[in-house]
Amino acid sequence: MSDRIEKKVHLRAPLERVWQAIADSSQFGVWFGVVFDGPFVAGTRLVGRITPTQVDPEVAAMQKPHEGKTFTFIVDRVEPMRTIVFRWHPYAVDPDVDYDSEPMTLVTFDLAEVADGVLLTISESGFDAIPLSRRAEAFTANDGGWTKQAELIKKYLVGTSAS
Amino acid sequence: MSIADQAAGHAGRNALVFAALGDPTRLGIVTRLGARGPLSTMSLTSATRLSRQAIAKHLRALEDADLVHGKRGGRDKVWELRTERLEDVGAYLAQISAQWDQALGRLRDFVELEQP
Repeated sequence: MSDRIEKKVHLRAPLERVWQAIADSSQFGVWFGVVFDGPFVAGTRLVGRITPTQVDPEVAAMQKPHEGKTFTFIVDRVEPMRTIVFRWHPYAVDPDVDYDSEPMTLVTFDLAEVADGVLLTISESGFDAIPLSRRAEAFTANDGGWTKQAELIKKYLVGTSAS
Repeated sequence: MSIADQAAGHAGRNALVFAALGDPTRLGIVTRLGARGPLSTMSLTSATRLSRQAIAKHLRALEDADLVHGKRGGRDKVWELRTERLEDVGAYLAQISAQWDQALGRLRDFVELEQP
């Protein structure tokens, strides 16, 4: 079972610029849609407050109902220009739930300089510890309709049949 | 704490699917049921080197997580995969994955289009 999400994106911007956008908590907040109560320093626990993103009006509208919701964010590791590792609660959007008592997932941003920019790899792992009820909520909260469910399960079964 | 205890700790069907699938034997059972359709405890046991008791215990853990459903079929129980549980799990990861796609799209706009 895949317990991990990995994304790779090629960003046409200088390494320094990309690093600042991720490692500077106020810049991170601009595109992600959150305001942190401090800088990203390894070993610190921060509180993030959801604030609609300033980058994309459509996404901002989706984040609006969650505005003001706070979440715990732990900075595990910072290696300038290379790696930053966080822990957080995925999809922690229900104001009535105390997510702090639940396990966190591990989120890694890895930067590699390439010819015309930066190859950024993000990975999130540790979903196996998240209660199913929480996962089901995240899934029903989405109004997009999961037409790909059959494909997902097929992929899942094919992917695990080797074991 | 067993899977059954964890399942009992949550209301109703809020069992830990991933935990249930975290064991190679249980994952093997799920995969076999997915590939071949409903199978008896005996045929699931014969595909492994484990005892019938051990397999029955794994099946109970899968049942607690709502991943399989057991029906009486003659002298033996017949087990069927409950695909809706797996769909929930797949959809959850798809949801998180889509959120990352969106967030990375915004990061791209931020670093490529705007000046700090």
